Amino acid sequence: MAGTPGRLRYRPLDLARWFIWGSTALAMAVLPLLFTQGFAVTLMSQMGVMIIFALSYNMLLGQGGMLSFGHAVYFGLGAFVAVHVLNLSSKGQIWMPVSLLPLVGGLAGAFFGILFGYVTTKRAGTTFAMITLGIGELVYSCSLIFTEFFGGEGGVTTNRVFGEPFLGITFGPAIQVYYLIALWCLVSMALMYAWSHTPLGRMANAVRDNPERAEFVGYDTQRVRWFTLIISAFFAGIAGALGVINFEIVTAVDNVGGARSGGVLFAAFIGGVGYFFGPIIGACVFVFFVVALSGYTNAWLLYLGLFFMLMVMYAPGGIASLVMIQVQLIARKRFGRIAPQYLGAAGSACLLLAALILTVEMTYKISVDSAEGTGMSLFGVGFDAGTRLPWAVAIGLWIVGGLLFNIARKRVARVWDEIQAEFLQERA
Amino acid sequence: MSAYAIELKALHKSFGNTAIIRGVNLAIAGGERHAVIGPNGAGKSTLFNLISGRYPVSGGEILLNGESITGLRPFEINRKGLSRSFQITNIFQRMSVFENIRCAVLWTLGYKYSFWHQLSGLKDANSRAEEVMESIGLKARRNTPAGVLSYAEQRALEIGITIAGGAEVILLDEPTAGMSRTETADAVELIRKVSQDKTLIMVEHDMGVVFDLADRISVLVYGEVIASDKPENIRGNKAVQEAYLGTEAH
Repeated sequence: MAGTPGRLRYRPLDLARWFIWGSTALAMAVLPLLFTQGFAVTLMSQMGVMIIFALSYNMLLGQGGMLSFGHAVYFGLGAFVAVHVLNLSSKGQIWMPVSLLPLVGGLAGAFFGILFGYVTTKRAGTTFAMITLGIGELVYSCSLIFTEFFGGEGGVTTNRVFGEPFLGITFGPAIQVYYLIALWCLVSMALMYAWSHTPLGRMANAVRDNPERAEFVGYDTQRVRWFTLIISAFFAGIAGALGVINFEIVTAVDNVGGARSGGVLFAAFIGGVGYFFGPIIGACVFVFFVVALSGYTNAWLLYLGLFFMLMVMYAPGGIASLVMIQVQLIARKRFGRIAPQYLGAAGSACLLLAALILTVEMTYKISVDSAEGTGMSLFGVGFDAGTRLPWAVAIGLWIVGGLLFNIARKRVARVWDEIQAEFLQERA
Repeated sequence: MSAYAIELKALHKSFGNTAIIRGVNLAIAGGERHAVIGPNGAGKSTLFNLISGRYPVSGGEILLNGESITGLRPFEINRKGLSRSFQITNIFQRMSVFENIRCAVLWTLGYKYSFWHQLSGLKDANSRAEEVMESIGLKARRNTPAGVLSYAEQRALEIGITIAGGAEVILLDEPTAGMSRTETADAVELIRKVSQDKTLIMVEHDMGVVFDLADRISVLVYGEVIASDKPENIRGNKAVQEAYLGTEAH
């Protein structure tokens, strides 16, 4: 009888799960129909690749407590193996359809995970982080030595279109590549989610939280870390191969280098490593910063850095934890009360953001980009950064925004405290 | 094949120049409830750390069911059927009570490093975890994160994790330390229940608990066993009274 209430309780949860996965799949299928510009499709393709990569990274960081500074190694080596296999295949020397290439990347990633992971996962914590940094540098420096495999500075190029079209699919148009990435992304997400509910996945949590006790219930913590890393490297390799199909070029700098390793850490952390879906959000935000924002401003890296700093300082749980707090407020019918305060805070934060953007862009214009004069336009307004007025506006925005934000912040905090007090009372 | 569940032969442990365990010989029969007592700093916890593989031994031998486990790692010893609890609560703080216990049954049930089973589908692991939760009286706290349990509940969970894997030899390190009278009485009943038909070795300071539970008692003083006998004989042992029980023995 004990099982009956449990089953009744779990059924709505399962429904919610199907709903979430279903709507994710639907969104992935429909989005390119809404945003048809070529730019949007490339953006979404890159987001798909980054989602897989960031989730694979979070198997280490979030689930296994392993802070890696060299995860690009598995992404990049997966990509390089995939590009060579693709080139051989297009020459007709082996048979490997483009749609299955991610599997090649994944197996290559897993192979190097077995190899390097054996060394890195010997230790946990800071030692692990340092060794991954070393392995990352090692592989990157290898790219300068084995120029045949890594293609030197120019990298290795390829052509994803070859052979007879299958059902009219050539993978020539970007939209076909998008759907290939979306499909692999969906499957990878589902598999990684499933992994987090397996004995190995759960023991990765256990080893993260208390490695000593894990040893005393029969688990070799090194093995748990190693096997987790191999699976993580497999998915990183899938992401790498999808990157190959998307860009048709692989360079060592962009694929195995420190910037890629750091980027995935950024993405996972911004999104939130404590929740499975955190890195998915983080990957989208990160790609948006890197790809979309870099088209608008040279200072995109500065904005990304500031954003990262603010997240680490004020929301270390990432965007996911902020979302979950609101979900809880909604579930307990308190969101309506705090929403007006949020609006106030958001409004004043926009003023501060405008002040920041104005200041940064004008500074850039004057110090870096003044060869063609200091005239510029921002938000559709043309002005001259060399004159006093726009600077006065910026200072005004800083002051007014700062004052208003301070008031709004206190109001949010007050209502928040009230709600927390009510929750505590309800519990007692 | 030895008839003993645990046998220590001339066991030594030194940290630097300081000898903590100095030639301990001890044989504990299968199915026995054995208490190790002794003054602070006698090396009781160190003895447990040696037997369970937490520390490497400096000399001597440890036999589990007649087989040497000297120098094995903790997880290897655990897989051979020896499980231990800790004096300072050592649980998975961020996981729920249920998850804590399920983690402790996975290896024994053969799931090892499986990444092809879904936990929710593991009927044997889940029902075993429920069973253990029931027996340690934490069923009502099933989904509570272990870190927010009360102290006594955490101690019960500590025992639950220790016994969940079904080990034949159980080491409990001060299971009632820091508990109130009623909590201690509950803990004694719990220990009696979970150590049924198993070999139990425990370090304990509460003499009431020791004389209540133990079939035999060993007295450890400065790294040496000065007596190992039935409770009534230990109570009357002159050397023990002098060395340890002192004023408490009135």
